[in-house]
Formats: sequence, C-alpha cells, structure tokens
Amino acid sequence: MLAFNFFGATEGGLFDINATLPLMAIQVVALTYILNSLFFKPVGNVVEKREKFVSNNIIEAKNKLSEVKKLEADLLTQLQSARTEAQRIVSEAENESDKLYKEALELANNEANASKEKARLEIESQTSAARDQLSKQADDLSELIVNRLILEK
Amino acid sequence: MLTNFASLEVGQHLYWQIGNIRLHGQVFLTSWILLGALLVFISLGTKKMENDPKGLQNLLEFLWDYIRDLARTQIGEKVYRDWMPFIGTLFLFVFVSNWGGALIPWRLIKLPSGELGAPTADINTTIALALLVSLSYFYAGLSNKGWRYFEYYVHPTPIMLPFKILEDFTKPLSLSFRLFGNILADELVVGVLVFLVPLILPIPVMFLGLFTSAIQALIFATLAAYYIGEAVEEHH
Repeated sequence: MLAFNFFGATEGGLFDINATLPLMAIQVVALTYILNSLFFKPVGNVVEKREKFVSNNIIEAKNKLSEVKKLEADLLTQLQSARTEAQRIVSEAENESDKLYKEALELANNEANASKEKARLEIESQTSAARDQLSKQADDLSELIVNRLILEK
Repeated sequence: MLTNFASLEVGQHLYWQIGNIRLHGQVFLTSWILLGALLVFISLGTKKMENDPKGLQNLLEFLWDYIRDLARTQIGEKVYRDWMPFIGTLFLFVFVSNWGGALIPWRLIKLPSGELGAPTADINTTIALALLVSLSYFYAGLSNKGWRYFEYYVHPTPIMLPFKILEDFTKPLSLSFRLFGNILADELVVGVLVFLVPLILPIPVMFLGLFTSAIQALIFATLAAYYIGEAVEEHH
C-alpha cells in the first residue's frame, strides 16, 4: 500500500546520497566520450560536409550568374555599337547616292544647257548670215533697178 | 493484484553493496537499459551515413542540428564546438531518462526492494549531473580566459562579488533540485492517481508528465550551456 518514507528511515529515503553520485558522474562522462565518437563526430562530419557542399554550390552559382550578367551586358554593348555602325553605313550610302544623283543631274543640265547654247548660237549666226545675204541681194536688186531706170532715160 | 500493482514506494532503494560502498541499484539498472537502447538507436542510425539522409539518419541529423543550435545560441560561435558533445549528452541523457521513466511500465518488474523508474528521479543522478555542469563551466572559463575568468565575479561592480560567489552554489543546487523535483513529482502524481483511479484519469497526467519530462531535459541542457557561455564570455 502507500508507503511514504521520506526522511524517517535510518537507511534509504529520498535524499539518500551515496556512492551512486560519483559513479553516475563517471558514467555520464564516459557516455559523453562514447556519444562524441559514435554520434556527434560522424553526424557532424556528414552535416558539415553537406553544408559546405551546399554553400560552395551557392557561391559557384552566384559567380556563374554574375558572369552571365557580365556577358549579357557585353553583348548588349556590342549590339548597340553594331546598330550605330549599321546606321552610319546606311546614312553614308544614302549621302553618297544623293551626291551621285546630284552630280549626274548637274552634268546632264550642263550638257543640255551647252547644247542649247550651241544651237542658239548657230541659229543666230545662220539668221545673221541669211540677213546679210538678203540685204546684199536687196542691194543688188536696188542697184539693178536704179541702173535700168537710168538707162531707160 | 491491482492494489499491489498500484502501490507506491518512495525513498526505498535496491541496495548494492560493493566492499564498503553502497549503490542504488535500480538507478543503474534503468540507466543501463535506457542508455543501451539509446546507443543501439544511434549505432543503427549512423551505421551507413549517406550524403542524402534517409530514415533514422535524418532523425539523428535533426537531433544533432537541434543540439548544435542550442549550444551555439547559448555558448557562442567561438567555443560551442568544444562543448556541444557535453551539452548534447546532458540533453540526451536527461531526455531518455525522463521519457524512459514515464513511458516504460517499470512497475511490472518486481524488485526485492524499491522499484525501477526514471534515473533522474534519484537525487544522486541529478546532483552528479549538476556538479558536472559546475566543473565544466569552471573549466571552460579557466581554460579560455585563464585567471581573467575571475573578472567575471566583479564584472559590473565589485558589489556583485558575494552574489556571484553565492551563484556558484545556487546553480548546481537549483539545477539538481529542479530536475529531481519535477521528475519525482510526476512519478508520484501518476502513482497516486493510478492508485486512486486506475482507469483513464491518469492518462492526461501521464501526457503532462511526458511534456514536463521533455521540457526539463531542454531546460537542463539550456541552462548548462548558458552557464558555460557565461563563463567563456568576454567582457569589454
């Protein structure tokens, strides 16, 4: 039945301290060494190896990401420069063709003007020649008329 | 039979006499059974360690991580590695003892005198653990800081000296009696309830006992780590 025996007995009791204490302490110290070699060290090695592996991978991935970003920026600047280069070439070609067109136009204009001028001069000279001939003929005719009139008289 | 099964024995021990010294046999018997089970469990879990943990290894790694966090937060980044096995052993020993005492129906095994139960319900065990903690924090302080460890006693002002010296006595006292009292009280409450109402009613108290047991293990390990951390802490 209920047998409460707290302090009364000469032997036993709740607060009976004896050699159990140091032996238990030795047992716990031994357990610490056993658990250290059986549990804490091996599990720690595995966990820390994995943590290192994971953190290394993260660092590597970060490096790769930054490299990719750098390459991307590089490509972007290359693209930009290629674009401006293309624009420059296009505008240059446009200018050149414009120039060529203008030159050809001018040349044709000049030629046309020259031939027009030549034709005009020719017409003028022919006109004056014809006029000279006509006035000479008129002179001849008038002389003839005058001579005939004088002779008849 | 039922009354016999539910009877209570307090303060009675199974004495082993070796030469001149006397031991509480029931404490060693239960501690050997429980520690044997713990070691078997751990050996099974660490037998084939893989980088990709499965089953028992997973559980053990969780436990290891839990103990590391406990030691690291209390002791600090610098020296927690040296003390982690000790803190972890304290936690595992107290936890296994408390839960083993609460979960296994030891009363079914008859002893000539006394009865089997949680090893932590014996004052010898808890004092042994508390004294080990005291030795460890002295050792930790002296080995890390040399004689400068004693600056801790006059740290904010020399007025603290008597209190700090008193603390060296109250720390092991409170550690041992807290654990002893909680576990013994739990065993007694369950025992008395089983004796009075053998059905159903003791079950919630048993669950409460499991809760207390786990909390006590955590408190003991945390306080031990805190004391060590306090001893190795650098004052500026």
